[in-house]
Amino acid sequence: MKDNLYKYILGIADNSLILGQRMGELCGHGPSLETDIACTNISLDLFGQVRSYYQYASKIAGDGRTEDDIAMLRKEREYLNVLLVEQPNNDFAYTMARHFLFDVYHFLFLTELQKSKDLTLAAIATKSLKEVSYHQRFSSDWIKRLGDGTDESQQKMQTAIDFLWTYTDELFHQTEADKAMVSEGIGVDVTKLKQAYYSKVNSILEESTLIIPESKYFQKGGKQGIHTEHMGYLLTELQYMQRAYPNMEW
Amino acid sequence: MSNKKNWPLWEVFVRSKNGLEHRHFGSLHAADSEMAMENARDVYTRRNEGVSIWVVESKNITASNPEHNGELFEPAQDKVYRHPTFYELPDEVKYM
Repeated sequence: MKDNLYKYILGIADNSLILGQRMGELCGHGPSLETDIACTNISLDLFGQVRSYYQYASKIAGDGRTEDDIAMLRKEREYLNVLLVEQPNNDFAYTMARHFLFDVYHFLFLTELQKSKDLTLAAIATKSLKEVSYHQRFSSDWIKRLGDGTDESQQKMQTAIDFLWTYTDELFHQTEADKAMVSEGIGVDVTKLKQAYYSKVNSILEESTLIIPESKYFQKGGKQGIHTEHMGYLLTELQYMQRAYPNMEW
Repeated sequence: MSNKKNWPLWEVFVRSKNGLEHRHFGSLHAADSEMAMENARDVYTRRNEGVSIWVVESKNITASNPEHNGELFEPAQDKVYRHPTFYELPDEVKYM
């Protein structure tokens, strides 16, 4: 039970940590000053959520590891985020498409997590939901702007959606910890979110004059700790300070 | 690529608390009012500065011309009787 709850929390938190790190990479590199601030702002929202989850996980683990240890000192295979969130910022279309494809899921997921029997998780969900509503609005807006924009922006957004589509199905895969937590009334049954997810995503893609990808082949592995080649580079940056100066604090 | 340079300028007004008036906070670039509102939220209220935002495209503001400052403002300078400074205010009346 304890072990499953711990893993379950990490599964949720790692998505936000890794996505937040990706968004944070845009700090100083956003396409305009305003968008730059928006992306880093979203990144900080995600890190805020992550802190609540890791603080709780640290309490559950009860082995002296702090929230920082959990965030910064695991090995690649120990991160349980989905592959979608670790995909790189190839261009701004990729950044927004990745965020959009995650936000729609994130919103549905947190809405359900509010009903969790675990009151800490339910409270974090309620608090995070306000932020995620805004994230979803922001990223959907960009999907429409670029999708229904110029020929060039449409083509770039279509390329990004096509590329990232293959990582969407994993969002609805259940891990062992998931199943255990669902049976306890603590976890969200993600398989039940799938229909609402694709219906929302598809309607926004249609509104954006984008083509809904038809690919039936999907990637998986992140939830088991088996990541794409991008993850190692991401962690190198994320963990640099703690690896170079162990136990450093500020 | 050059499009972002053509995003128009918007002025942002934020009301920091209910009961106070909107104050000019600054300006930003955005393609339309929706984006201006989102950008304003991120640029000017991310540290809990506000409860309400107005955005208006800068070109819609008519500004006074500094060259006309003389005729607009100088006549007010020597008319001390326009200030209600000759009234005795009871101590109970604060914040006047």
